[in-house]
Amino acid sequence: MLKARIIPTILWKDIGIVKGVGFNSWRRVGSLLPAIKVYNTRQVDELIIVDITATEQDREPDYEVIDEIADECFVPLTVGGGVKTVDHIKKLLRAGADKVAINSGCYTHPEVVSNGANLFGNQCVVVSIDVYKHTDGSYECFKNCGKTPTGKCPIAWAKEMEARGAGELLITSILNDGAMVGYDLDLIKRITDTVGIPVIASGGASDYEDMHQALTIGNASAVAAASIFHFTEKTPLEAKQYLGAKGILVRKF
Amino acid sequence: MSVVIIDYGMCNLGSVKRAFEECGATVIISDNPRDAEQASHLVLPGVGAFGDAMKNLVSAGWDVAIKKNVLEQNVPLLGICLGMQLLAERGYENGEYSGLGLIQGDVIKLYNEKLDPNFRVPHIGWNDVHIKQEYVLTDGLRPATDFYFVHSYFFKTTRAKDVLTTTYYGLDFPSIIRKDKIMGVQFHPEKSSRAGFQIIRNFLTIN
Repeated sequence: MLKARIIPTILWKDIGIVKGVGFNSWRRVGSLLPAIKVYNTRQVDELIIVDITATEQDREPDYEVIDEIADECFVPLTVGGGVKTVDHIKKLLRAGADKVAINSGCYTHPEVVSNGANLFGNQCVVVSIDVYKHTDGSYECFKNCGKTPTGKCPIAWAKEMEARGAGELLITSILNDGAMVGYDLDLIKRITDTVGIPVIASGGASDYEDMHQALTIGNASAVAAASIFHFTEKTPLEAKQYLGAKGILVRKF
Repeated sequence: MSVVIIDYGMCNLGSVKRAFEECGATVIISDNPRDAEQASHLVLPGVGAFGDAMKNLVSAGWDVAIKKNVLEQNVPLLGICLGMQLLAERGYENGEYSGLGLIQGDVIKLYNEKLDPNFRVPHIGWNDVHIKQEYVLTDGLRPATDFYFVHSYFFKTTRAKDVLTTTYYGLDFPSIIRKDKIMGVQFHPEKSSRAGFQIIRNFLTIN
């Protein structure tokens, strides 16, 4: 049976790893390569690495850094940040990414999803959607690292991205991110109810129970988390022990 | 003599190369089918679409080189993911395409035979493989070891004797196939940590 995945997310700015709260007030939490090595040694299920300033600075992804990282990484690696064209996807895959996450690029160049899926298979195209919850409870997709509203409804957008060939969705709640208040279960559930592709829940994990709820109530295929692994003593391995005891199928090794 | 990883423009070969090197192999990545003559082992990796992959293999002359070395020289071949699927006779991804035809079978889309409520395609993540037949490739694996899968299509065969392991996702599909020294794994050994390295090391002992 397929296992639920626990995925550490590494947000990367310049050459350091950072973590923010609500997509802001970034704290530097370490350097990139040693963190990759640790996660590799611990045999995590998968890693997501996002260069959070690439889009803002209108840069292409840094292929050399990804190449270096991939050399140390024998677990599946998803890479995001600054991806706008099929050529970017190709170069990232060549550099050693297994999957490429596209976020802001989907709004301006939606054809990159369909063309990427046609050329490299939809399994390597992950569409990342950052979602803001307004005070009236409505949801809206934001781009440019949570800075720019798009006017898109995340449920409809998720469906459109699936139709275009996305193989997986990474759904992040902007308000919950870094706040350690739990995942936005309602959002995750509405998206998993809508699409037939795997959904990774992201943003808000404060403890293992939050992960449990995202996998059960939210019906996510995987949970991503950063803060709780950076700022607390919690580990992906312990998360799996907790989830396993609760009857969730997790990978053992 | 070295391991030749076939480069036909269809994937990230770096991590496959690194994994083989980590297992002690001398590796070259080659886009020239003539290099197959020097190979102690051939590796056919790949992600992407079946039709495009076959087109690239044929236009570079790899189809002929692979068959010659594998069938006449008995060089061990390992297909990974799409590379495994290309060993089949036919693929039905967005049309019908001929495969290399080295192992009997068709490549078709995963479907939810057992109406599993959590069934989503692609099949992405860690899933357990169950050994149906002993062979050196699976030596040292614990029962129900997890490997990393990323795919939407699977190798459908009616020949049980070609199936080394199966994995369940909506249905039981072959996760390792083998005929003589031609082998294919649907998962990514290069991304499956220690268990993946075990498969690669086992493959390297076959000669």
